Amino acid sequence: MSAISDVLPADQPPILNMKGGNKPTSAVGRRQERLAWIMLFPSLLVVAVVALYPLFETFRLSLTNTRLASAREPRYVGLENYTDLLTDPLWWSSFQHTVQFTVISVLIETVLGMIIALVINSNFKGRGLVRAAILVPWAIPTVVSATMWQWMYHDVFGVVNDMAVNRLHILPDKVAWIANPSTALWSIIAVDVWKTTPFMALLLLAGLQVIPGDVYEASTVDGANRWQQFWQITLPLVAPALLVALIFRTLDAFRVFDVIFVMKGYATETMSVAVMARQTLIDKARLGEGSAIAAAIFVCISVLVVIYTRLIKIEEA
Amino acid sequence: MAQNAVPSTEALDHLVVPKRKTDVVGIISRVFFWILIVALMFYTLFPFYWAIVSSLKPNNEIFATPATYWPRNLDLSHYQFVLSNGKFLQALRNSIIVSVGTTLLALLFGATGAYALGRLKFRGRTAALYLILAMTMFPAVAILGSLFQMVRGDWFLHTPNLYNTKTALVITYLTFALPFTVWVLTNFFKAMPGELEEAALVDGATNFRAFWEILLPLAMPGLVTTGLLAFIGAWNEYLYALTFTTDYRAKTVQVAIAQFSGNTEYELPFANKMAASVIVTVPLIALVLIFQRKILAGLTSGAVKG
Repeated sequence: MSAISDVLPADQPPILNMKGGNKPTSAVGRRQERLAWIMLFPSLLVVAVVALYPLFETFRLSLTNTRLASAREPRYVGLENYTDLLTDPLWWSSFQHTVQFTVISVLIETVLGMIIALVINSNFKGRGLVRAAILVPWAIPTVVSATMWQWMYHDVFGVVNDMAVNRLHILPDKVAWIANPSTALWSIIAVDVWKTTPFMALLLLAGLQVIPGDVYEASTVDGANRWQQFWQITLPLVAPALLVALIFRTLDAFRVFDVIFVMKGYATETMSVAVMARQTLIDKARLGEGSAIAAAIFVCISVLVVIYTRLIKIEEA
Repeated sequence: MAQNAVPSTEALDHLVVPKRKTDVVGIISRVFFWILIVALMFYTLFPFYWAIVSSLKPNNEIFATPATYWPRNLDLSHYQFVLSNGKFLQALRNSIIVSVGTTLLALLFGATGAYALGRLKFRGRTAALYLILAMTMFPAVAILGSLFQMVRGDWFLHTPNLYNTKTALVITYLTFALPFTVWVLTNFFKAMPGELEEAALVDGATNFRAFWEILLPLAMPGLVTTGLLAFIGAWNEYLYALTFTTDYRAKTVQVAIAQFSGNTEYELPFANKMAASVIVTVPLIALVLIFQRKILAGLTSGAVKG
């Protein structure tokens, strides 16, 4: 099953007076076609003005040395912004943080999300309560969750240090989780995992719930244990839902901005590519260079989309 | 442990496995299962519990070491500070206006567009669907600079300078709210049974009337869910709000919270921040819990993150 056909509406709406094909033949069909475009027009106009045109502008500006709110006449500089970017160590460290953030957080979220989904999928008293509880982190705005965790991570008064040092005695001394460059990115990843795992779990739960129970019954009769059942039945059957969840999470993680910016601002040791793009575009007012970064992010995301659609096609075959 | 989760096998175990063994294994796995549940509840709920507790502690208790996990004295002064803070209230008002405006526009444009995509047949339909799908994966930061120029009226059209206005936020929020709304509602319309609409069409109603008078009222549950998700997306947005506003004429609560300071410049602002955080989050959590089932359905068809 392909994820695209999974999300794309199948070509089956009950259309009157027409059989097969998108091409209308009758007068009624032509009227319907005109109506369709009229009804679609506002959405297409909005998308064109606030998304497609700015995207085109990003690519155009990336070839110039435009500055924000400057009277100076911008000049065409060719690929200079891109060659500069590719030799900029800050770009490479930001890129590395972004990849690290994406891979680690999505990996943990997937494993943890799968465990949570399996737990919630079983029948037990209070199941509804647990499902409601895991929705709470998802409902909390990213800025708020970053602020909450900032306080929990506080080096002197934070509850994380209080638990680890005073209660559980796991750590000998309090740690400056966010200020310390070696723990900062990990601490931020932990916040993202906390906030986003529920989303992952809910998507996987939706996939689990369509697996018919008699598949398990048959394999139990055949003597399969639960571990075997998980690998041989659950995982293959939940794979389409898992892939869709992975696509959305990876794309989302790669453009991470809020949680990093609220907790660490423009600190270079945790800077992601999106944070770097905003600093260059807005704070440094270098619209040309910043647009090159934005364009690079767009290209990376597009590459990810292509890779995923390929993977899904293989899955389908 | 996690394999306990498969419900259908549990009932069957009693048939396959000898009874005495089931009891011992059953009790151990049951205990393990409940430990897992408790750990899960603690993990998901403790941070928000901690925010609430911190917002209710008097200053001397907030900065006590070791920390108190249950507040000794309840103190509402942080809520008083936040709720008597004109700037915060203004930000709250801005957030409500921007989020409601975004939601209504996204629903208005989204529902009409989704009807066309979900129930009418026309050339270019597939292409339009792919365009909308691609837009839902669009990285907001990729157009930050060019949108900034457009917001300031600095592009090829002569538009007013919308920098630091709520209008600018509503328009730019449509970049993420509209494609998502169209996408989810298209699936929703497509899944509706065709008979009612067909009857209307046979009776001589136009497609538009069939949409307006029959399908749209039937689509209310879908509109509510989608609208709720669009509202949450707009309420939580940070990057555009941070970039396109400068003062409290347009600043939203997310920006305000991130910039919140203490009562005096020497005080750590965390208690006030926690009170503000609780205020902007509780309505959201309430909405999500009330509309739980609908949101789950909407999420799985749209696969967005809040």
